[in-house]
Amino acid sequence: MTKAVVTVMLKPGVLDPQGKAIGHALGTLGFAGVGEVRAGKIIELELSETDPAKAKAQAEEMARKLLANTVIESFKVAVDA
Amino acid sequence: MKAGIVVFPGINRERDMALALERSAGARPRMVWHTETDLSGLDLLVIPGGFSYGDYLRCGAMAAQSPVMGAVRAHAARGGYVLGVCNGFQILTETGLLPGALLRNASLRFLSMDCHLRVERADTVFTNRYQRGSVFRSPMAHGDGNYFADDATLDRLEGEGRVAFRYATPQGEITPETNRNGSARNIAGIYSENLRVLGLMPHPEDLVDPLMGGEDGKPLFDALAAA
Repeated sequence: MTKAVVTVMLKPGVLDPQGKAIGHALGTLGFAGVGEVRAGKIIELELSETDPAKAKAQAEEMARKLLANTVIESFKVAVDA
Repeated sequence: MKAGIVVFPGINRERDMALALERSAGARPRMVWHTETDLSGLDLLVIPGGFSYGDYLRCGAMAAQSPVMGAVRAHAARGGYVLGVCNGFQILTETGLLPGALLRNASLRFLSMDCHLRVERADTVFTNRYQRGSVFRSPMAHGDGNYFADDATLDRLEGEGRVAFRYATPQGEITPETNRNGSARNIAGIYSENLRVLGLMPHPEDLVDPLMGGEDGKPLFDALAAA
């Protein structure tokens, strides 16, 4: 079993109102020095594929087809060997 | 034209749509469940609003992968008519039948209110009962209606006359204030290249009877019924 972690983020230049709201809330709480905040999502996959390279390729295909909308989002896949 | 309404789990505006279509066409549309793939005999497929699959992952992402959408894609490729409203618009972009994507409203607020739509062209099967540049009122109700596409895509849409409606004042002015969800260039709805697929966020089907408070949306369904 291989665990793949897919991180999906809005592409640079795509407005992220949730990130903005989080940044604003952090400022309200007194956290100083916070620059831009971006919010994304993490999807963990348990894959039966044991070869890390193949597992990574599988997860990337899943990200392209469903997990991310590449019109607005970018993704990266990390695999636990 | 014979119409079908695609129904996914979590869709909740299919009855409003059926009412609007029936009122104009005099015939009851066929309800098409998301597992169906035989759309023969249907000229128009309508994807109504709601929250298909609970908006999980992204609005419309799950519905776009369903069996019926493969059939809708084939229907569109044959030159068939498709109308997507609200969640239906999101599903059409996720399916790739329309370009761009619908992001979270810039204000982060769910918007449930009336808006005014300026008709950008009146020579399509959807809008030929309106005048070009005219404005009609429409309810809207969405959390993710912020139309996004990159600049090259937006320029192409404009150049090809594929912007269907823009958020406007009742007088037809395009202002930042009327663009409540933050959409690129005030875009409320767009067409496919062949002008036979239309997606829009507002709900013209919810203003087709004096009892609803007006009939501003009725010309769209009258036009479809006569096509």
